[in-house]
Amino acid sequence: MKAFAMLYEAIDASTSTQAKVAALTQYFAEAPPADSAWAVAFLTGRRPKRLVRAPDLRTWAAAAADIPDWLFEDSYAQAGDLAETITLLVPRGKTIAEASLSAWVEDRLLPLATMDADAQRVALLEAWQQLDGTARFVFNKLLTGAFRVGVSQGLVVRALAAASDVHADIIAHRLMGAWEPTGEWFEQLVRGDTADADWSRPYPFFLAHPLEAPVESLGDVQEWQVEWKWDGIRAQIVKRRDRVLLWSRGEELLTGRFPEVEQACALLPDGTVLDGELLAWRDGTPMPFTALQRRLNRKQVGRALVAQVPVHFVAYDCLEHAGNDLRTQPLHERRSEMQRLVAALPTGAPVSVSPRIEATSWTEVSEARDLSRQQAAEGLMLKRANSAYGVGRRGNDWRKWKVSPLTVDAVLIYAQAGHGRRAGLHTDYTFAVWNGDTLVPFAKAYSGLTDAEIREVDRFVRANTRETYGPVRTVEPTLVFELAFEGIQESARHKSGLAVRFPRITRWRRDKVARDADSLESVRALLRAQQAHEQRGDA
Amino acid sequence: MLLRVTDRGLWCEPAQLYIDPWAPVDRAVITHAHSDHLRFGCGQYLVAAPGTALARTRLGAHGDRVQSVAYGEPVTVHGVRISLHPAGHILGSAQIRVEHRGEVWVVSGDYKTDPDPTCTPWEPVRCHTFITECTFGLPIYRWPSTAQVFDEINAWWRANAAEGRASLLYGYSLGKAQRLLAGLDPSIGPILTHGAVETMTGLYRDAGITMPETTYATVDQRDPAWSRAIVIAPPSVDGGTWVRRFGPSAAAFASGWMLVRGARRRRGVDRGFTLSDHVDWPQLLAAIDATGAQRVLPTHGFTGPVVRWLREHGLEADALATRYEGERDDAAVDETEAGS
Repeated sequence: MKAFAMLYEAIDASTSTQAKVAALTQYFAEAPPADSAWAVAFLTGRRPKRLVRAPDLRTWAAAAADIPDWLFEDSYAQAGDLAETITLLVPRGKTIAEASLSAWVEDRLLPLATMDADAQRVALLEAWQQLDGTARFVFNKLLTGAFRVGVSQGLVVRALAAASDVHADIIAHRLMGAWEPTGEWFEQLVRGDTADADWSRPYPFFLAHPLEAPVESLGDVQEWQVEWKWDGIRAQIVKRRDRVLLWSRGEELLTGRFPEVEQACALLPDGTVLDGELLAWRDGTPMPFTALQRRLNRKQVGRALVAQVPVHFVAYDCLEHAGNDLRTQPLHERRSEMQRLVAALPTGAPVSVSPRIEATSWTEVSEARDLSRQQAAEGLMLKRANSAYGVGRRGNDWRKWKVSPLTVDAVLIYAQAGHGRRAGLHTDYTFAVWNGDTLVPFAKAYSGLTDAEIREVDRFVRANTRETYGPVRTVEPTLVFELAFEGIQESARHKSGLAVRFPRITRWRRDKVARDADSLESVRALLRAQQAHEQRGDA
Repeated sequence: MLLRVTDRGLWCEPAQLYIDPWAPVDRAVITHAHSDHLRFGCGQYLVAAPGTALARTRLGAHGDRVQSVAYGEPVTVHGVRISLHPAGHILGSAQIRVEHRGEVWVVSGDYKTDPDPTCTPWEPVRCHTFITECTFGLPIYRWPSTAQVFDEINAWWRANAAEGRASLLYGYSLGKAQRLLAGLDPSIGPILTHGAVETMTGLYRDAGITMPETTYATVDQRDPAWSRAIVIAPPSVDGGTWVRRFGPSAAAFASGWMLVRGARRRRGVDRGFTLSDHVDWPQLLAAIDATGAQRVLPTHGFTGPVVRWLREHGLEADALATRYEGERDDAAVDETEAGS
């Protein structure tokens, strides 16, 4: 348990991917296989469900700490995390147990699920006495079903690969599907004979550079293929050995999460690899990225969610056909191959070819880019028509040309304390714009400021609170921020009558006072401009 | 009321003076030299003798307005008996005892009861009314032992030195920095300081406090031995050009706030060491108990829960709204802020 707690600390304390992978690699190299198995399970999000009711936990922890419930709640509000609050409040034990992670999980943690409340209480008080510091925190996190740590499955896979000398794609493949975290399973996961998994690997993704020079610098427009830059998840579909594997750009295996796409792609001929974008999709158009996120965050997808947020694969490229690697062939030839493959799928299959935007001049390309938002695209992709499918971000044959976001200057009016990393700091803000002489709430935003700015705003909030409603503080309307967002819509649910998509803070306008902020009228003008654009696009 | 809050500070009417005023006044009695307690522009300052040089340095041109008195030695002003008693926060930090017609009030200033070789230890002072700071007035705040924290700091430094990385250890330049210096193991490598820290450390040495040998780190002295060094600097330099001169490095922050993960994470350093110059929850309750006060006025910190707790335990308690900066989660971020 101690080694796993130290691993947790190392990952938690670092923002460096390299340091995290190094800590993971060392852990997997040294830990007994049974411990490594549980570590892989927890680090890849296969955490146990909440084992003990939260109200019980609070009551027992408050009693163990000999404090009244209200003081437990005040402490929780400051620490911002239930597991940590308990860790800090329960007095330190005298007998620290040195049992392994697998022993703690199998003998102490999981049995809680079948105990009655009294037995749980006794077991927990004993466990808290035997654990301290981070080990106790990790135990509590597992207990509350809230264990999370800042590594992706991709990093765990990299570390397993480094510790075992087995290729990362093979580890990722072996992590697919159902498995039980046992020592035997872990030994299979890292075994050197890879014949079982070699066939499953995707190709390295080819990435585009942003376009910074004027678009005309790209030369003859006829040599370029122009497409929308869709705002989804870049992915490769690998159809081999009668199986469909879905790989994200982070080389994370997504198989199982998008059953509708996988079913359709099962009909592709064996020996096919397509590159494209997964998008939440309804009535022939993409839904916002936030909709797709609801699908992404689920390992198991229910029917209801599939119906609410259907997913579609927009194909960009064909990398393999009939088992042959096509990557060195020119893009236009690969595109023809892709069109034939997709056309052969049944009508209504959630797979289509990303349309090519026809343009005879860069001016037309630029006009098309202005319509990106209406297409729910982030901008354009410009690919040289005769380009090969390269590796990584090499060469200048592929360019991305994003649209700039809409912006409004708004006044900070409410602030609320955040959680986790932002516990105790006022980081959740509500912004307003002027409607005549009054400020109307207009958007909420959480992200975009630096840590130093967040602290400064926090100090401002504390020093300039007018009123407090529960956790929300009304502050003197003084600070002005530039907010960027991706679109505006009419909304009956918002006081301002407007709703914005993906608002975020882009700048602190220290040069402006509250009176200089934008008005509802100027925001409505942005909305009208956007609508006019869309109508022009429809015509 | 012997003491009450006005728009300028904590006012003692019978004595016609303020304690730690936040606006210019004629006469001020000062608990300690941190900037939220010692402000410019007063006519006269009274401080505890060991803190005289610190106060003079911090006040610059107004330094000649500082007068000092030994700990425990009473001064009578308009019939009010005033004395300063050790608070254990930093060198020269004091609790202010005010006695008038048999009624005794004590203003704690900032204080701690954990060991600190760089200042006189806190002493309980019996009183009727105790005005106490409560920066860490929640039961989640319970400090690990000081010895254990210094073992961790030295182990961290040793590990960095072994890998050829400089150790940047951030703490407030007055008080925390000297406490850190006093706990370092100089056999591990050279000890370097930022200018702000070096100045204050010099004043500690002048006051007879034992400090390890330090080198003021200036660019023109760059030295290969720096890869084994520990650098004591204020947190405001983190991420700036000043720290680049040390090459590959690891950074840590020493503060009571580092006990909580959220605070540690947003600080963005590699390590957080829980080392505070304030009392934790059990120490706060023990200190209140030791004063024998029947009335307690908590200020700057978690006043709400502390007041409620004290009332539930049979004491008279009310929050006192002052302008010291104890509430802040991120105190000691900048040089202008109070130590934590």
